[in-house]
Amino acid sequence: MSEPKTQGYLDMELLRFSTAGSVDDGKSTLIGRLLYDSKSIFEDQLQAVKEASKRLSGSDEVNLALLTDGLRAEREQGITIDVAYRYFATPKRKFIIADTPGHIEYTRNMVTGASNADVAIILIDARNGIIEQSKRHSYVASLLQIPYVIVAINKMDLVDYSEAVFNKIKEEYNKIDKKLNLKNIIFVPMSALDGDNVVEKSKNMPWYNGPTLLELLESLPVRKNENELPARFSVQYVIRPYSDEFHDYRGYAGRISGGVLRVGDAITVLPSKTKSRIVAIDEGQKSLSEAFTPQSVTIRLADNIDISRGDLLVKTTETQPMVNANISALICWLNHRPLNVGGKYIIRHGTDEIRGIIKEVHYKVNINTLENIKDDKTIKMNDIAHVSMKTMKPLKYDSYSQNSVTGSLVIIDEYTFETVGAGMIVADIEDMSFNI
Amino acid sequence: MSNSKLTHLKELESESIYVLREVAAQFERPALLFSGGKDSIVMAYLAYKAFYPAAIPFPFVHIDTGHNFEETITYRDKLIQKLGAKLIVGSVEDSIAQGRAVEEKGFNASRNKLQTVTLLDTLEKYKFDAALGGARRDEEKARAKERFFSHRDEFGQWNPKNQRPELWNLFNGKKQMGEHFRVFPISNWTEMDVWQYILQENIPLPSLYYTHEREVFERDGIIYAALPAISRRETEKIEIRRVRCRTIGDITCTGLTLSTADSLEDIIEEIASSRITERGGRADDKRSEAAMEDRKKEGYF
Repeated sequence: MSEPKTQGYLDMELLRFSTAGSVDDGKSTLIGRLLYDSKSIFEDQLQAVKEASKRLSGSDEVNLALLTDGLRAEREQGITIDVAYRYFATPKRKFIIADTPGHIEYTRNMVTGASNADVAIILIDARNGIIEQSKRHSYVASLLQIPYVIVAINKMDLVDYSEAVFNKIKEEYNKIDKKLNLKNIIFVPMSALDGDNVVEKSKNMPWYNGPTLLELLESLPVRKNENELPARFSVQYVIRPYSDEFHDYRGYAGRISGGVLRVGDAITVLPSKTKSRIVAIDEGQKSLSEAFTPQSVTIRLADNIDISRGDLLVKTTETQPMVNANISALICWLNHRPLNVGGKYIIRHGTDEIRGIIKEVHYKVNINTLENIKDDKTIKMNDIAHVSMKTMKPLKYDSYSQNSVTGSLVIIDEYTFETVGAGMIVADIEDMSFNI
Repeated sequence: MSNSKLTHLKELESESIYVLREVAAQFERPALLFSGGKDSIVMAYLAYKAFYPAAIPFPFVHIDTGHNFEETITYRDKLIQKLGAKLIVGSVEDSIAQGRAVEEKGFNASRNKLQTVTLLDTLEKYKFDAALGGARRDEEKARAKERFFSHRDEFGQWNPKNQRPELWNLFNGKKQMGEHFRVFPISNWTEMDVWQYILQENIPLPSLYYTHEREVFERDGIIYAALPAISRRETEKIEIRRVRCRTIGDITCTGLTLSTADSLEDIIEEIASSRITERGGRADDKRSEAAMEDRKKEGYF
């Protein structure tokens, strides 16, 4: 068995992708296939799965789905209750899979799993074509503005590897996309069970000249353009050593969430609008001349100004973020207790934590039909809605479509402290990028 | 622009440092659980980097089963001194002496499970509200669903069905009185990432990770160190072999690997071609298929 020599690859890129679909679509088989063909499954794991397959079904057939069903509670009930993370590497890249279940009640898991994804894989059973669930998954991908969507049309072996079936589904999907405005859609016909077009090119579908799934995952760009965005730096923590050696050291620690910062840059601190200049960018004991998204660094400024956690540093010469206490956002509700319109919540945004009120629900989205509902405004778990909020202090934000870090927030219940909602900020109610 | 794309190691490091700083900012009394294994060593270096030039703003907590390899303890004390950190030791032996925990009997007796009692007692004694751990999601299937910020109830228990959703980079560490969090900054690292990072950053490791000659014996296909902490059956013969540790736990649950790897490059090569997971040699996971899930629910690391 030839193994990838990993030693030489200290400088690979990391790609995060999400998968959504039910067991019936062959999602677990697909993941099992990716892990297996990239040699990321070890013998003891395979042995454990063989034993479990035998115990559960009494057959000698290895059920690859068991590789991805983690908890005993899930295996007993034959369901997946939560997002699971899987890891594999090829000599070209490292991958993190956020594997989410596709049941109707788990929109919240799909949103969670997809929130950091560069690519979303949507599985469609070639025999069934586009079903409600495919629309739901596609809607979530569009809501989170995932840069690339791979529509994996699976089980081609069961439709005689028919190009006509593939084209028909493709056409149907493009019709839905007119409502969704997905950024980039790529269609791949495959059979995960036999491995056709997963890692190896299919011999059964000579009519398909495109890349295999793995070739796509190895080549699609990772977080495109993030360094071209206006620079954003939320202060996480103020570093003050108070030691003899570093007596006057005052550094602002945080993670760059857009753009590039360089020593010498003129910066503005928000919300105070105080101005200063970067004199040093520290990373541990090293000093850098510039730092990129999403690097964690410590910034030192020319002036001693009052800056604390939650403040935002931006470049004075670049496009400024919004500073406003009236926020318009699309939210996904994550909790079994419905949204309380007029109720107070804690809003976590960047490194800020501010109290706020959800003032109004404008509409709710029926993600099965992709239609807006305006007459029923009760927001329950897994619902997606467009709301207006008002925060006690202004937030410093960009719209989610411009910057997913400074444009996202979570809503926390004031009493239980649970995370009850996830929000994507829209510039204003009329922002068309979200309207369907 | 020289290299505007971060490498996977840089990106993982950056994510972990972000999480460590969130913990320092969001909690009143965090602590870093330090076992002396490579994952907690990487955590210690990341913490040093995250707050430099200030001191690491939380103490290290070592739950000592009393069955540790001597090398682990020597290494631990040296590292603590080098990083200028504060160390708190929770002793399983004390928990046993106080009647808080009962020693297992028999040849496979281990204090692994008893650690949970000592851990929870130590967290309680010092009123820690967040315990940082070096667990990784690729290690074990129950861990694949773990959050960065893992909520524990007042009994220290993990309820997999009631974890808070985690989106983007927004971590919610708010809690009721008595509740606390386990936080796992290196959740997204794989075993290979950890080794590559150790190589890249030139981090010194306990000698146990490199090949050495040692008296060992074999039980159920796993090679153990022949040391007084494990009672041996008469049929289990002592041999001298060239071995190294792929993971380090306490003596009773650490399986050794036959290996001649004496450099980080060799170790990485060996892991790249290994067909067994690193926990494949961990006796604590072999107890049942859901051994980790069960221990986590009780409040294990």
